[in-house]
Amino acid sequence: MNDLDYDKSLTSHVEDIAAGDHVVAAAFLEGAPAFALANGEIVFAAGNNRRIAVHPDAAILVTASDSRLIVTGGDDGRIFLTSAAGTTQEVANEGGKWIDAIALREDGAIAWSVAKQVRARDAKGVVKSFEAPSSVRGLAFMPKGYRVAMAHYNGLSLWFPNIVGEPETLKWAGSHLDVIISRDGQFAVSSMQENSLHGWRISDKKDMRMTGYPSKTRSFSWSSDGEWLATSGADACVVWPFHSKDGPMGKAPKECGVRAPKVTQVAFHPKSPALAVGYEDGWILLCRLADSAELLVRRTPDGTPTTGRKRAAISALVWDSDGKRLLFGAENGDAGMLTLPV
Amino acid sequence: MTESTSDKIPVTVLTGYLGAGKTTLLNRILSEDHGHKFAVIVNEFGEIGIDNDLVVGADEEVFEMNNGCICCTVRGDLIRIMEGLMKRRGKFDAIIVETTGLADPAPVAQTFFVDQDVQEQARLDAVVTVADAKWLSDRLRDAPEAKNQIAFADVILLNKIDLVTPEELREVEARIRAINPYAVLHKTNRCEVPLSAVLGRNAFDLDRILEVEPAFLEVDDHDHHDHSHGHDHDHGHGLKHYHDEEMQSVAFQIDGDVDPHRFMPWINLITQKEGPNILRSKGILSFKDEPKRFVFQGVHMILDGDLQRDWKPGEKRQCKIVFIGRNLNEESLRSGFMACAVEPQH
Ligand SMILES: [Zn+2]
Repeated sequence: MNDLDYDKSLTSHVEDIAAGDHVVAAAFLEGAPAFALANGEIVFAAGNNRRIAVHPDAAILVTASDSRLIVTGGDDGRIFLTSAAGTTQEVANEGGKWIDAIALREDGAIAWSVAKQVRARDAKGVVKSFEAPSSVRGLAFMPKGYRVAMAHYNGLSLWFPNIVGEPETLKWAGSHLDVIISRDGQFAVSSMQENSLHGWRISDKKDMRMTGYPSKTRSFSWSSDGEWLATSGADACVVWPFHSKDGPMGKAPKECGVRAPKVTQVAFHPKSPALAVGYEDGWILLCRLADSAELLVRRTPDGTPTTGRKRAAISALVWDSDGKRLLFGAENGDAGMLTLPV
Repeated sequence: MTESTSDKIPVTVLTGYLGAGKTTLLNRILSEDHGHKFAVIVNEFGEIGIDNDLVVGADEEVFEMNNGCICCTVRGDLIRIMEGLMKRRGKFDAIIVETTGLADPAPVAQTFFVDQDVQEQARLDAVVTVADAKWLSDRLRDAPEAKNQIAFADVILLNKIDLVTPEELREVEARIRAINPYAVLHKTNRCEVPLSAVLGRNAFDLDRILEVEPAFLEVDDHDHHDHSHGHDHDHGHGLKHYHDEEMQSVAFQIDGDVDPHRFMPWINLITQKEGPNILRSKGILSFKDEPKRFVFQGVHMILDGDLQRDWKPGEKRQCKIVFIGRNLNEESLRSGFMACAVEPQH
């Protein structure tokens, strides 16, 4: 397939960035593009590619970020906050045990998990702990109240760190990985070990099965109006409707960016009903939800023998808050930034 | 992912009772000069410290899969650890998973067949069981997990043999063979074996099922003429024959072809129905009108099979299958398998 097969190509607006190692996450911190790498570094792409060894001799396993800060958890058991200025602050040390999941709240509160142990540190720095029934793979702050959703074996637990008592549980047999909460706080969705999603309407715990994925869903993104949930894991970006009170129950999802390679990363545009889709072969498309029109953002060369570069999956994809720049990274340390033409 | 089999990281699973010598073997593997860099996954309640750069503590969380079947289990923690380790690829080229003395090896093995991401990145090389020559016979009587570990093994290190008399050694060896005649057995002190005896076995590689298990060739081979395979293990000939009441291995052979339209439904039915009782299964089959050999292996209900190389000119086309498991109904398995034969068997 060549560029002409797409409605338009944006490839000439992409600037290559050598991140240097497996890109675990990408973020815009105060507008400055930054990458968290598997080798424990955070790289600021602007100017001179400033590198900070946040987790020396360790790997960054999980991250969360907002427009100001990125929080990283490593296989050194440590959690650091890194700001746009490049200052780092250690917020926790779990004694060498791997940090399995991490979440960040708008007010600066952080939640993380180490096997079954879940901790929440509020904006003032007060840490509360909870032991989940089994290892926690995914965490998310709920939009209302100071409450943490955690994914584990056989379902989710919704925990109020400041309230004594058993958390509310949402049950479904199997191993749950990531968890995501809808913008209005009405729905919880988890990805599962067995290549499917499971959703609950939290008010009445009604179940939603979202199946048919050929691989695990590990990337989610809400549309700017909160009405659509884009997901990775299939040979297209699968987008579930959440605009009615029943969520996606009984409704078919939309698909966009259909290609043979599987989708690994999805990122809704922060203002328009369009989304960036990253694939396991390193390609990136920009897709419009309404008519599935596609623009090519990045393609990888067909012949690896001559380039010597292995095609690597897109492992990080994020828009800046204005929706003018798209930052991406791949498993082999390649990265780049698209600046949309005005 | 676009990775080929050769890129997959080999995984060796070390099982065995507390005190049998697992840690001795592990430290031997790690300290010898072999040019490998290992990531070692140890259980949290392990015996002692291990001298290695990349050691990960595991909590042995065994999860049932969603079919609700008790034998269809995976190690959730292992899936999580593998995902994290893949971010440090390049720092190691092989993985060793140490399990607790009480662990059932099946969930560990099944993890490498069931989880797609794990399967794409790693391959199970062998299950190595370390057993204490002095105490194994007792454990086989009172501990079901000890029996599981022997039944499941591709390689068995019968360790601490200087603590037993030759008669006791023959006795314990016969008990092992009653459960698992197909594993490669090494009799050791302080786990002194060449590393090639435990690493790079490819025991789960369909291509090598025959090659690594020469004992497999000798099923129903009463005159034992073919011993030219150069392995240093013991075949158990001349041993007292024991019958384990609970755990057995059964093997059947058909001279000539089987009908795949009969065999495939049968093997699927048997492993679905008897899956919880069947720990391991293996087979090499000659399908009617098929120039290639069909090779399969299974762990409980999970089967992996493929057409392999061509039958060689002059090679005798025949079918052999083996089941190792608990309370196996030998007669019903035999008659079911024989009914798959194209030519009636006598
Ligand atoms: Zn089962």
